[in-house]
Amino acid sequence: MIADASRAPALVTNRTLLGMVLFISSESIFFFAVVVAYLANRDAGLADARANLDLLRTAIFSVALFASSGTVAVAAARRDGRWIAATFALGAIFLGGQGSEYLRLLQTGVGPQSALFGTTFFTLTGLHGLHVLVGLIALAALALASRSRRGAVRPVAWEAVSIYWHFVDAVWVVVFTVVYVGTFV
Amino acid sequence: MTAVPLWVLRPGGSRAAGWLRTVDHKEIGVLYIGMGAAFFILGGLESLVIRAQLATPEAHLVDPELYDQLFTVHGVTMILLAVVPLLVGFANYLVPLMIGAPDVAYPRLNALSFWLSLVGGIVLYFSWIAGGAPDAGWFSYPPLAGRSFAPSPGVDYYILGLAVNGAGTIIGAINLTATILLMRAPGLRVSRLPLFVWMVLVTSILILGAYPALSAALVMLFVDRQLGGHFFDPTASGQPLLWQHLFWFFGHPEVYIMILPVMGMVSEIIPVFSAKPIFGYRFVAASSVAIAFLSFGVWAHHMFAVGLSAFETFFFAASSMLIAVPTGVKIFNWIATMVGGRIRLATPMLFAIGFIAMFIIGGLTGVSLAVVPLDLETTDTYFVVAHLHYVLFGGTMLGFFAGVYYWFPKMTGRLLSERLGRWHFWTTFVGLNVTFLPMHWVGIQGMARRMWTYAADTGWGPWNFVESLGAALLAVSMLVFAANLVRSIRAGAIAGDDPWDGFTLEWATTSPPPPENFRSLPAVTGRRPLWDAKHPDRRDAA
Repeated sequence: MIADASRAPALVTNRTLLGMVLFISSESIFFFAVVVAYLANRDAGLADARANLDLLRTAIFSVALFASSGTVAVAAARRDGRWIAATFALGAIFLGGQGSEYLRLLQTGVGPQSALFGTTFFTLTGLHGLHVLVGLIALAALALASRSRRGAVRPVAWEAVSIYWHFVDAVWVVVFTVVYVGTFV
Repeated sequence: MTAVPLWVLRPGGSRAAGWLRTVDHKEIGVLYIGMGAAFFILGGLESLVIRAQLATPEAHLVDPELYDQLFTVHGVTMILLAVVPLLVGFANYLVPLMIGAPDVAYPRLNALSFWLSLVGGIVLYFSWIAGGAPDAGWFSYPPLAGRSFAPSPGVDYYILGLAVNGAGTIIGAINLTATILLMRAPGLRVSRLPLFVWMVLVTSILILGAYPALSAALVMLFVDRQLGGHFFDPTASGQPLLWQHLFWFFGHPEVYIMILPVMGMVSEIIPVFSAKPIFGYRFVAASSVAIAFLSFGVWAHHMFAVGLSAFETFFFAASSMLIAVPTGVKIFNWIATMVGGRIRLATPMLFAIGFIAMFIIGGLTGVSLAVVPLDLETTDTYFVVAHLHYVLFGGTMLGFFAGVYYWFPKMTGRLLSERLGRWHFWTTFVGLNVTFLPMHWVGIQGMARRMWTYAADTGWGPWNFVESLGAALLAVSMLVFAANLVRSIRAGAIAGDDPWDGFTLEWATTSPPPPENFRSLPAVTGRRPLWDAKHPDRRDAA
């Protein structure tokens, strides 16, 4: 039933991967809108952002997330649960870093309700963080399933999870640039 | 002739549990259509209360607070809970049949998208018994929709309901896109797709591009209302206009989401009832792609009155006029298809021709609203209400009824009554013109939309009374339609597989189709595979 399957890449001919690509396309519009909202309100919140954000610390945690794109690629290529576990660990480190940053901000009185910067910052980074969390759940499910009986995980599942994780990573490249780098340059 | 029980719509069985757990695209299509019909009735009843309140000046049938809730929920209902599910339902039912596939690409996901859409609608309606329905208009502009001016939980139900419903719609669009791209019968190239399928493909891509912007805006409104945020709060340097940009970035493509599938239906029906191939197939398909592309660049024409810069005003006026061109192309395609054809004026064709006529009126007022000075004079008046109802009722609903009369025999195995169909058509056609045509002139005279009532010395009373009579006639027309559906499903004439001498693959299987859709498929070598199979001597060029 699959038409013209021979000439096109798997991303647009494989049912699962095409679904993931379409899902990510719609997610991109979603994040685009939230980033636009951040940028539209950037100037009004810039002083607060400068006073409260820690570029270096977040950069270190970001490196963990960026590195996890590499580990997930290896995991998908080798279909190896241990590399998935490594990806999970890196993603968890990132999320832990974000959690500690949230805690520090909330303790100093910066929250979604405190001022415009808090509203836009927590919304944008929070929505990204939720996507990381979903990715961690997907990674855990994949790792557990791959440890069970042989053939339990369809080959395409590795690639689908990997595509999603790359997307979450790519969104962070934009968010980190806009929110952190953009505040200090 | 024995009566066919209702479960004929669901070949798999009759138990309610079957409907709850079904993953068959035809059954899910019927569920979507049932959802759309139920909310269409609710939205219709709301509009009848609105018309009753406006029938005479200075009336007190409902109080202003209830009136605000009624027009808000009427708009949200008709757009997101009636029209979109009705069209998605037809797409669900028909696309796999028209492309010769056994089901959609992700059957279980299909069930999820339906149930999310339905639950979203139920959440919205739950607000009526949970402290008040949303009352800030279907586009819920902040600060009106913010905590201080809308303290009841209505807007929160609006946010939650639309977010859940939108997630369902997005998932459904992913499914239909993948189905059309991956599941076509051998030989059914994209350049041979039935035009309804083309329109569903374009519509699905519009949904994927537009709905996420609404979801994002809803999240921000949620943060503002529930977490004390300031996105749209001008007292804390927030920007109310940001909501309008995001909302209409969704809202204008949404207009095309509601019209393109219907244009696809009409593009199937007019050729069959003219016994000719569509005139300019490539132009019909390509103009839809053009509409889809342009529809993401016209959103701020809803915002001319807020004080855009000169450049923005010029840009959005120009792009809005430009989008009339591919729309006009289609009108000419349909008319040219009829020219020289052997036209059968059966009910589907009547509604299709009615659609063209009414859509031209709605289209012309639409393109005149792109003229900024005229827009500034008529913003938020009944002129706009008249325009949008000509497009949505005169356009979408007439075209949709054409589709119902055309495909009902495929879904049930029985034809709808032509006699009742004619009554349905003429009462609808007259009713909608009596209801919506006078809105143009009271609008130009300055009658504002969304006003609870109006003074007697405005002189708008007589025309408003006429409009309300038209609404009553529309209600009667819907009763005629309902009678036709109920009678025909039980005792309508047996349709057979191919009652209209159709062109496309859905007519090559039984009516209703078996669970697997096809026992055998005709070879597809052109755009009208069934015509080719029936007329081997007069095949279309490959």
